[in-house]
Amino acid sequence: MSDTSIAMGSPSEPLRFHVEGEHHVENGTLLGFWLYLMSDCLVFACLFAAYGVLGRNYAGGPTAAQVLELPVVAVNTTLLLLSSITYGFAVLEMQQNRRAPMMAWLTVTGLLGAGFIGLELTEFAHLISIGAGPQRSAFLSSFFTLVGTHGLHVTCGIIWLITLMVQVGKKGLIPANKRRLMCLSMFWHFLDVVWVGVFSFVYLMGVLP
Amino acid sequence: MSEHTQPVHGDDAHEHDDSGVGAIHATLKGYMTGFALAAILTAIPFWLVMSGAFAKTGPADALILLLAGIQIIVHMVYFLHMNTKSEGGWNMLALVFTIVLVVITLSGSIWIMYHLNSNMMPWTMQDARNQP
Repeated sequence: MSDTSIAMGSPSEPLRFHVEGEHHVENGTLLGFWLYLMSDCLVFACLFAAYGVLGRNYAGGPTAAQVLELPVVAVNTTLLLLSSITYGFAVLEMQQNRRAPMMAWLTVTGLLGAGFIGLELTEFAHLISIGAGPQRSAFLSSFFTLVGTHGLHVTCGIIWLITLMVQVGKKGLIPANKRRLMCLSMFWHFLDVVWVGVFSFVYLMGVLP
Repeated sequence: MSEHTQPVHGDDAHEHDDSGVGAIHATLKGYMTGFALAAILTAIPFWLVMSGAFAKTGPADALILLLAGIQIIVHMVYFLHMNTKSEGGWNMLALVFTIVLVVITLSGSIWIMYHLNSNMMPWTMQDARNQP
């Protein structure tokens, strides 16, 4: 490979490899985590497809327009979007190696995420209490599976967030912790991306007449 | 020969730290731009549906999906820092492959099951409601 490059360049020019511009991936963790997110994306794609197929099969039960409450979803969407930007602020503080403000932003992110989960659980409890549980119809089965899986991911994200805050508290902003925080950053923003699909495809389009 | 090429590798190496995080340069401006765009792209479809501005379902569905698609791209670029160069292009390759699979899964399932339903279900929703 290098022999070819040398043969092609004139003697006066400095030696160049044709791979010069490429940055070798020194730590594959972020790429590996990205690949995990993409496989997770396929899981959600299957659940979205199931909802797309079954979402109008009410079996004589309540329809999406009857049971889904958009104001709650609007608040939930706001909470998740805000938690995305506060995690972004935490990453900015991390880049500056400012630990205390970073931890503060992570706390805000966790609280916003917890608020999201709380509202979602309230909504689920309300649906089940009025007899619109997952066993009522194919629509509700696919709805609970899709939205519940997303909620489960957010819950895992919050647990991960708390774990990382404890780790940063004990060991500081060492490179390993920065790497973990970047992985969680990708995970958290990815969940917001999935939520965009959920509120558009399930809630907004479901409520339309 | 290796002496000549050493500086090139040296230049490459010092741009990365051990964590591999150095490759991502998040900026406040980038996050705020993404947040503003995402907020607008969220507010429009919610307002359209909640105010009942749409009488017909078809155009509303198309518009909601379009805005969702744009917002997903905004999230990818400004929050997930996607570009064609990160990780030597492998991020983008994996993303494109995933998008292809997602489109096949979604459109294929909905298309096929729609035809199966219309071919195999003799009942309308009205019949299902009125069954004894």
